Amino acid sequence: MKGWFAGSGRGILSGVEHTGRVAIFFGQTLQFGLTARWKWKNIIEQMVNIGVGSLPVIMITGAFMGMVLALQSYYQLHKLAVETGIGALVGLSMARELGPVMTGIMLTARVGAAMAAELGTMKVTEQIDALQALATNPIQYLVVPRFLSCLILAPLLTVYTVFIGVTGGYLIGVKMMGINSAFYLSHTVSLVGPADIMTGLIKAVFFGMIIAIVSCYKGLTTTGGAEGVGKATTGAVVTSSILILIADFFLTIIFKIINM
Amino acid sequence: MISIRGLKKFLGGKLVLEEVNLEVKQGETMVVIGPSGCGKSVLLKHMMGLLKPDAGQIIIYGKDITRMKERELNEMRKKFGMLFQEAALFDSLSVEDNVSFGLREHTNLNGQEIKKIVQEKLRMVGLGDIAGLKPSELSGGMRKRVGLARAIAMDPEIIFYDEPTTGVDPIMGDVINNLILELQDRLNITSVAVTHDMNSAYKIADRIAMLYEGKIVETGDVESIKTTRNPIVKQFIQGVAEGPISV
Ligand SMILES: Nc1ncnc2c1ncn2[C@@H]1O[C@H](COP(=O)(O)OP(=O)(O)OP(=O)(O)O)[C@@H](O)[C@H]1O
Ligand SMILES: [Mg+2]
Repeated sequence: MKGWFAGSGRGILSGVEHTGRVAIFFGQTLQFGLTARWKWKNIIEQMVNIGVGSLPVIMITGAFMGMVLALQSYYQLHKLAVETGIGALVGLSMARELGPVMTGIMLTARVGAAMAAELGTMKVTEQIDALQALATNPIQYLVVPRFLSCLILAPLLTVYTVFIGVTGGYLIGVKMMGINSAFYLSHTVSLVGPADIMTGLIKAVFFGMIIAIVSCYKGLTTTGGAEGVGKATTGAVVTSSILILIADFFLTIIFKIINM
Repeated sequence: MISIRGLKKFLGGKLVLEEVNLEVKQGETMVVIGPSGCGKSVLLKHMMGLLKPDAGQIIIYGKDITRMKERELNEMRKKFGMLFQEAALFDSLSVEDNVSFGLREHTNLNGQEIKKIVQEKLRMVGLGDIAGLKPSELSGGMRKRVGLARAIAMDPEIIFYDEPTTGVDPIMGDVINNLILELQDRLNITSVAVTHDMNSAYKIADRIAMLYEGKIVETGDVESIKTTRNPIVKQFIQGVAEGPISV
């Protein structure tokens, strides 16, 4: 019993310590991001890496998400004979929830993992030391461009996901289930407003920050060779995914409170 | 010039540096020898400010670098060059971008001027036309020499070499020895070199210090090290298995 208390006490302490370090890391990233000259070359390089490379994955997941959503809601709404509402349902779910969350999770898997592995490898092969020896701050040189590109690209890719998802829903609803196209569209347009899109984009910005900060932090604190890089990568993906879902919950509550 | 006082460092629950005291004079090449794992690389990283000691000071240009803020430390580092044991080249960058990294980050030189400097430094380390290659396309010895070219690219006043001749063939090893001597002669550079290679040590050193069990056990010029009575140093420089250093 005593051991259990001591153990969980230590767990909480190290959790608090970790959170503190990540907070400092986040603060430094913001500070460098705001004060230092932006290296457009690095930022654009990262954006191309993240953005273009992620398009196919996001297209596939977004399309299937929209289609399955349309199918499921069709089966449910059909019983109530209100199946023309599918358009609004798919649009709202995609814009407010699934668009940003799916994009966040996909970016975590593709981009967060790659960033953690890359920076982790640089750490264990002393390239981070070499960077510092060349009088360059690793946060400024490596983290800030990744942070900024995640921040910008997460909402852009979310727009894309939502668009693809809504298109997928339309195909199922109209082409497969034979709902009247005009009804479908007018329902969608009248019920999905700018505020819905906006909340999704704000969420995406937060998710982008989470992915960049967690993955870069995990990468730069890697120890223990190739095995350590593997652990850092897994850790980055797991932690980012969990934080994205938790953040999603609280952001949804906040949007509700401020009536957005 | 460089004055290390009472340096102490725990790493991974082990006392790696117990109490290191070492003075390096202006324009001198100090060679640090010692058995594998005794903390030579750790010592060099402290001098570069990459590790913070648990106790002790490192005074360079009259200032204690162990207590410096990063901004100030980076101003210092611009005058330092460091060759890492495994070269530590940036593997996402070409050889040219590796060598010119400091120049691009910290000077206003234009592309042409930078290219010229890169060519010159690569030539100095005995490498030809490889500026466009990626580090993964180089042999171990070539990487080491690119690392050396990167270390000297900014014309540093102080250079730290971590085993400059390990992993390169004997002829290239001697090219590097000559380069280190030449940099010291011509530009009056102060250096600290860590090595196992006693031939290289004898050739480049003004003085040699031996690190053993977390302390400097002997310091002296080449002659006095060659004729030492200290059994630890004697065993090490003769390279024999029997003696006070347990293997
Ligand atoms: N980051 C670290 N974490 C834990 N222990 C470390 C770390 N870096 C070095 N050590 C330990 O410190 C000791 C000294 O390491 P160091 O790399 O300085 O040895 P060295 O004298 O350079 O050896 P070699 O000649 O083989 O390069 C070793 O026992 C090593 O295990
Ligand atoms: Mg070493």
